[in-house]
Amino acid sequence: MGLVSWIIAAPFLTMVAIVFVPERHWRMIRWIAAVGTGIGLILTCVLTYRYWMAASADLETLRTATMTKLYLVERVAWFKPLGIQYLVGVDGISVSMVILTSLIIFCGVLASWNVEVRTKEFFALLLLLVSGVFGVFLSFDLFLFFMFYELAVLPMYLLIGIWGTGPKEYAAMKLTLMLLVGSAFVLVGFLALFHQSGLHTFDLQQLGSIEYSDRFQWWFFPMIFVGFGVLGALFPFHTWSPDGHSSAPTAVSMLHAGVLMKLGGYGALRIAVYLLPEGAKEWGLFFMALTTINILYGAFGAITQRDLKYFTAYSSVSHCGFVLFGVATLNLMGFKGAVLQMFSHGIMTGLFFGLIGMVYGRTHTRIIPDMGGLAKVMPWLAACFYIAGLASLGLPGLSGFVAETHVFLGGFFGNAWTNVTIMRILTVTATFSIVVTAVYVLRGLATAFQGPITDPHFEKLTDATLTEKLATGILVATLLFVGCFPWLIIDLIEPALYPFVNRLH
Amino acid sequence: MDGDSGWMMQHAWLIPALPLVSFAVVGLLISPYWKKGAGVIATLSIVASMVCAYVLAWEYFTLYPAGGEHPILVPWSFEWLRYQPGLAANVGVLVDPISLLLMIVVTTVSALVHIYSNAYMHGDYGFGRYFTFLNLFTFSMLGLVVAPDIIQMYVCWELVGVSSFLLIGFYYNKPSAVAASKKAFIVTRFADLGFLVGVLLLSFYGYRIFPDWSAEVGAVANGLAGTQPVDFQYLNDPVFLAKFAALDTTFLGISLLTLSMCLVFMGAAGKSAMFPLHIWLPDAMEGPTPVSALIHAATMVVAGVYLVARLFPAFAFSGTAALLVAYVGAFTSLFAAVIGTTQDDIKRVLAFSTLSQLGYMMLALGVSTAEHTLGYTASMFHLFTHAFFKALLFMGAGAVIHAVHTNSIWEMGGLWRKMPITHITFLVATLAISGIWPFAGFFSKDEILAAALGSGHYVIFGVAVLVAGLTAFYMFRIYFVTFWGKGRGAGAAHAHEAPALMWMPMALLAVLSAVTGFFPMAEYVHLGEAEGHHGINLAVVIPATLFALIGIAMAASLYIGDGHRAVALAKMLGSVHQTIKQKFYIDEVYLFITHRIIFHRIARPIAWFDKRMVDGGVDASGWATRSGGRALSLLQTGQVQTYGLWFTGGVAFVVLILWSALV
Amino acid sequence: MIELLARHSPGLPEWLTLCVVLYSIGLYGLLTRRNAIAMLMAVEIMLNAAALNFVVFDRFSTNQQADGQVMALFVIVMAAAEIVVGMAIVVALYRMRGTVDINQMNSMRG
Repeated sequence: MGLVSWIIAAPFLTMVAIVFVPERHWRMIRWIAAVGTGIGLILTCVLTYRYWMAASADLETLRTATMTKLYLVERVAWFKPLGIQYLVGVDGISVSMVILTSLIIFCGVLASWNVEVRTKEFFALLLLLVSGVFGVFLSFDLFLFFMFYELAVLPMYLLIGIWGTGPKEYAAMKLTLMLLVGSAFVLVGFLALFHQSGLHTFDLQQLGSIEYSDRFQWWFFPMIFVGFGVLGALFPFHTWSPDGHSSAPTAVSMLHAGVLMKLGGYGALRIAVYLLPEGAKEWGLFFMALTTINILYGAFGAITQRDLKYFTAYSSVSHCGFVLFGVATLNLMGFKGAVLQMFSHGIMTGLFFGLIGMVYGRTHTRIIPDMGGLAKVMPWLAACFYIAGLASLGLPGLSGFVAETHVFLGGFFGNAWTNVTIMRILTVTATFSIVVTAVYVLRGLATAFQGPITDPHFEKLTDATLTEKLATGILVATLLFVGCFPWLIIDLIEPALYPFVNRLH
Repeated sequence: MDGDSGWMMQHAWLIPALPLVSFAVVGLLISPYWKKGAGVIATLSIVASMVCAYVLAWEYFTLYPAGGEHPILVPWSFEWLRYQPGLAANVGVLVDPISLLLMIVVTTVSALVHIYSNAYMHGDYGFGRYFTFLNLFTFSMLGLVVAPDIIQMYVCWELVGVSSFLLIGFYYNKPSAVAASKKAFIVTRFADLGFLVGVLLLSFYGYRIFPDWSAEVGAVANGLAGTQPVDFQYLNDPVFLAKFAALDTTFLGISLLTLSMCLVFMGAAGKSAMFPLHIWLPDAMEGPTPVSALIHAATMVVAGVYLVARLFPAFAFSGTAALLVAYVGAFTSLFAAVIGTTQDDIKRVLAFSTLSQLGYMMLALGVSTAEHTLGYTASMFHLFTHAFFKALLFMGAGAVIHAVHTNSIWEMGGLWRKMPITHITFLVATLAISGIWPFAGFFSKDEILAAALGSGHYVIFGVAVLVAGLTAFYMFRIYFVTFWGKGRGAGAAHAHEAPALMWMPMALLAVLSAVTGFFPMAEYVHLGEAEGHHGINLAVVIPATLFALIGIAMAASLYIGDGHRAVALAKMLGSVHQTIKQKFYIDEVYLFITHRIIFHRIARPIAWFDKRMVDGGVDASGWATRSGGRALSLLQTGQVQTYGLWFTGGVAFVVLILWSALV
Repeated sequence: MIELLARHSPGLPEWLTLCVVLYSIGLYGLLTRRNAIAMLMAVEIMLNAAALNFVVFDRFSTNQQADGQVMALFVIVMAAAEIVVGMAIVVALYRMRGTVDINQMNSMRG
């Protein structure tokens, strides 16, 4: 088993270990989970380093390549009659997503330190889900990809249904059904690709080596894009997100908004745009318009929300709009912006949901107008909230700025196949979100954290504990790191994106 | 860089880096554990940065003496953010006369404000936090000043915005401060939207024209090999500007150069609080007074002026954009001066006076052209002198507020006896801002007026002279009411002189406000050939000084004594006075737009639409599935024989179909 | 009569007709009887019709491998097994409900 397989297996093995620990040792269970995900984090560092060593050698060849180059590949024939393989590997996009996932799950475990109901099942399901997420980011066989994709979506139903709050059954059902409708679209698309290619393989690389007819691409690009778009909160299929996120327990919200929603953007770029470039050219403007709506609609939707989680969920809709917007611009800056935004939004929104969980654990309310003046009693949490908020409104020095300017420049520079004027109008329209985001972030945070303390009970609340400080500190540091040293992550991502651009020509 | 440049030149990055390091160290390590140390270390770092700035200026002007050529140097830079091959944002340090000027102003005022704050904020709950933010601000402002490209400018632009937000909302449990900080951030953010779109336009066309430009000017041969399409040196290059202006593409008949400059100016207008984006600045006075002195008087608000100055060749090339700058500046200066005459809060009067003076600087830039650059020098000169006397005014106001615990001038009075040093320094600053010889404001204002007159903008010249009179009037109004007469409030009776840590910076600034007018600015800051100091131009000096004296005389006649004449005058003016006092109801207009229209007409309906239509659609599909299932379940009778019958019928049907197909 | 029958040995159509008749009787019984045991008996008739069909086709095909007979034997065995299970269910139902009337067995109603 190679490194890549170990990364997928680490959470799974941790899950197995947890299954064998009796429920009454729930303190030990969370330690096992923390150690397991910590090992995952270390493996991720090793992976990043090894990828970097391997990839930096052929930066120049990638500049003109039309095929993604994979590193650390492991290939085992699995079911020969249908050409299904166990094929895993990494490229720059996967590496950045794996880093994101490792960070979020580690902090997510720390943030769920206080789950006392069915601890064992909770962590087991959480880790199973993470295995699925890693699998999606690392597999390059469409069948395997789909299998992991479903593995990442389904435990969510139980996690929300059992450990959630509020109308959790409704939310869990809605989320699961909508995501499954999305994956049905994706599955149909995959089977069509398998059939149309005539290669008798699900290998993404091989499927990408041939050209599909324009008519086929015209039909199946939107199908796969929308299928992934459901998970990426594409308007008007975003509506599972506010309900789902607000009902889910803390770690699940973190993981879901932070990582799972990224599967949508990832799949749209990795599969829809990669395999069906002609379709992308035809449909690019349409999806750009739709995601412009996404961006502004989510931002305006967030203004009036009273529940902190709904507030963050609408802001996620807006920010995930940037991801798909970047994908739809079909140029290097847009793609790069999309990947950066996936990373940045993942960290930022993970931080947001983690913090909301911590504040909710103290105040027992998530209704913004019921809070007030909390900065006085919980300065650490308030400071982290503000940092996350400032990152989400694109403050330079934090990661959001890097991603958003890429996306805006991508949209503004346009591409050779689309009417550039319309693209620019859409981009300028989308830039209005920076103001609207400022409005809702500052309104929401000011109401919750500033002003006089409204409720006398709040006077006795405490600031973050050590584990909570660790969890939030890691995420804040990541936001700052990416914001201040953007070239490090750009160097990781950019080479992997050249083939995507070159294929369009 | 050539080898004979000095040590400081090669390490110019130290100037912004010192406050940054101090920000991180103070914020993370010191302020939670050692409150007093936070103030000391923060102050020391700024003083060190100030020393570096002076050394740098000395080195630069040794290399390129006054009166000669003053090239733009970028002694240090590295690639920070690579958007795509051929388009990257560098982070670096740009050294030229105006960046040096700003560095000196920022570090000096910041150092003095830091010293002053050690006493002013003494014993405050958030002492450590205060100095952390103040360091952050100083770093951001210095980063903005030394930006070699428009992206770094934008980055630091946002950072000063956020530090201003944090400092205005410093007293975070005071609702008015929170509201003011939000307002400041959101209004400037809205302006930055224009700036951002301008940056997008400039980077796109900059990128597209770049290869042509590079070939034409021989960039590699001329040592411009590392230039990026977003660098100011490139964006200000006449060859580039000519190509840009000559593009066929236009937007509603406006050339793209003009359009992008107007958009950039929108950002500048937001930061420098030009009408109609001025509404945040008076409210920003909710912050601690030293913050107002540093950020909202001397440094951050001049960032807009600096941005226009930085892109001055582009503005001048466009012409139309420069005119926009001139008229917006002139209008704001008049508008704010008129409002300033009616306000009761000492800091708000100063805020409106800041607006008015910023308008002055803008108009000076706007009336300049590529050939006639006196206004450019004048604007920078005024920026320089204004920073000192306005910071001094705010510090004086801070000392007064510290002593009497109120902001209302009507509760002060008679303070000259109790606070002699504050009184003298305040008087010096008041004379300076009113433009009385030999104080600093006289010279810089004089140059601005000369520039306006010389460029043939007579309307603007008239407005500027009128504003000079109004300025003298409202400044002496607060001076007389605050320091003369009898103490009116309870606080005024118990007032005492400010501690030494507060009055010493004030005294230093008073000296600077008095003498900086004699500084031969034109020798150092100029575009192209240095236009020698034109001496005293009587056509300018006589009306300006006359108007200023009339203003002082009016203030004296209305406000010395019990002020009944002023009350009578206000009554006589009736609703006119009321309208001015309510700042022409601009805030109400904004409130209407944001609250009534954006909140109620856009955000609410969208939330409703999402809940009812989109979400409703999803729920409806769920409902349809469920009721469809219920309807179909009626076929499930539980009777095996019914199923059998259906089955048999079905088979028969299929057989019939097949049979008919076969036959 | 016997002579007539002996002289006119029935061909394929006659045998098939017999199968159809038998099958239809079984189907009719299955759909109309309310008694579960009677229904099982009707199913037996249908199975036998099918088995007979196998034998008939085997007899009239040129293939001499006796596949049809084998299948008929299968059917017989299957039928025996089925009647065992079926009767067991019927008996269990009778014990629970005290009746074998199929109209009462509608707990699967939608």
